[in-house]
Amino acid sequence: MKRLILNTALVVVAVCAPQFALAQSADLRVGREAPLMAEDPKLEARLVDISQELRCLVCQNESLASSHAELADDLRQEVRELIRSGKSDQDIKDFLVARYGDFVLYRPEVKPLTWVLWFGPFLLLVIAAIFLGMYLRQRRALAAPAVLSDEARERAKQLLKG
Amino acid sequence: MKKVLIPLVLFIGLVVFLAVGLKRDPREIPSPLIGKPAPHFTLFTLEPGDAKFSPIDLQGQVWMLNVWATWCVACREEHPVLVAFSEKNQVPIVGLSYKEIQPQDPAYKAPFDEKLKLARERSQVWLKRHGNPYVTSVMDLDGRVGINYGVYGVPETYVIDKTGVIRYKFVGAVTPALLAEKILPLISELNKS
Repeated sequence: MKRLILNTALVVVAVCAPQFALAQSADLRVGREAPLMAEDPKLEARLVDISQELRCLVCQNESLASSHAELADDLRQEVRELIRSGKSDQDIKDFLVARYGDFVLYRPEVKPLTWVLWFGPFLLLVIAAIFLGMYLRQRRALAAPAVLSDEARERAKQLLKG
Repeated sequence: MKKVLIPLVLFIGLVVFLAVGLKRDPREIPSPLIGKPAPHFTLFTLEPGDAKFSPIDLQGQVWMLNVWATWCVACREEHPVLVAFSEKNQVPIVGLSYKEIQPQDPAYKAPFDEKLKLARERSQVWLKRHGNPYVTSVMDLDGRVGINYGVYGVPETYVIDKTGVIRYKFVGAVTPALLAEKILPLISELNKS
C-alpha cells in the first residue's frame, strides 16, 4: 500500500513537473505584453469590448483584442486614448474605418455596398427553397398513384375472377 | 442533355468564382484614404537639428511618400528600385521612417530626444550603405502618423497629387514593373492636370 502511494506520488510529480516548467517559460515569453487591467479597469473593459469587434490587420483572422502584433498594440493604445478623450464607441470605430476601411470591422455596417454580404446568403436560401419546391412537386407528379379507368378496372376484375 | 448542362454550368461558375478568390492577395486591403486629402503631420526630418517636414511643404507638386525602416526586410528588396527611380528625378520621394526603434529594443523606453538621435543615426548609416532615394525622410518614432495613413505593413508607398490628395497606395515592395505600368503613368497624368 505504501509503495502504491509512493508510486502514485512519483507519477503525479513526473506528469506535472514539465507543465510547471512550460508555464514558467510561457510567462517569460509574454514578457513584453502590455499589462492589461492597468490603472483603470473600467477603461480596459471598454477597450476589450471595442477591440473584440475590430480586426487586427496584420494577422487578419484575429481580433484587435487578442492579437499580439505590434500594430495591434499601437492601435489598442490609440483606442485607449480615444476612450480617455471621451469618444463614443461609434466615434472610435469611425476613426479606424476612416484609416483602414470597412475591413477593420468584424461586423460591417449594413449599407448598399455590403447588401450582398448581409443578404446574399438569405437570397441563396430563398432560391434554393424555390428550386426544392419545384423539384418536389415534379417528383410527386411522377410518383402519383395511377388512377384506373373504369374499363381497366373491369378488365382487372375479369382477370382476377378468371 | 439539360440534366448535364445545368450542373456543369453551375460547377464551372463555382470554379471561376473560387479561382478568382484564390488569386487575390488577402493582404491587399483597399485603402479608404484614396481620393482623400493626405493626413496632416509635422515631424522631425532625418537630418540632425530641428528641421521639420509637413505635407503642405510639397503642395503644388506630385510626390511620393514611402514608408520604410532599417529593420524592414522587404524594404531592402525594394530599396534599389527606389534608388534607381529617384535618379530619374521624376517626382520627389519623401521617406517616412516608421517606428525605427522597435518595442523589443532596449532604447524603446528612452526619452524622445535620445530615441530620435539613435533613430537618425541608424537610418543615416543604412541609407549611406544602400543609397538614398529620398529628398527627405521624416521620423515617425511612435507610429502615430503611420496610423493616420492606415499603415499596416512596411513598406508602403503613396502617390499624392498637387492638391495634396492621396491618389494611390501600394502595400509591399515596389517593383520596376509596378513603377512602369502603374505609378509612372499615374504621375504623368497627375502632372498634366
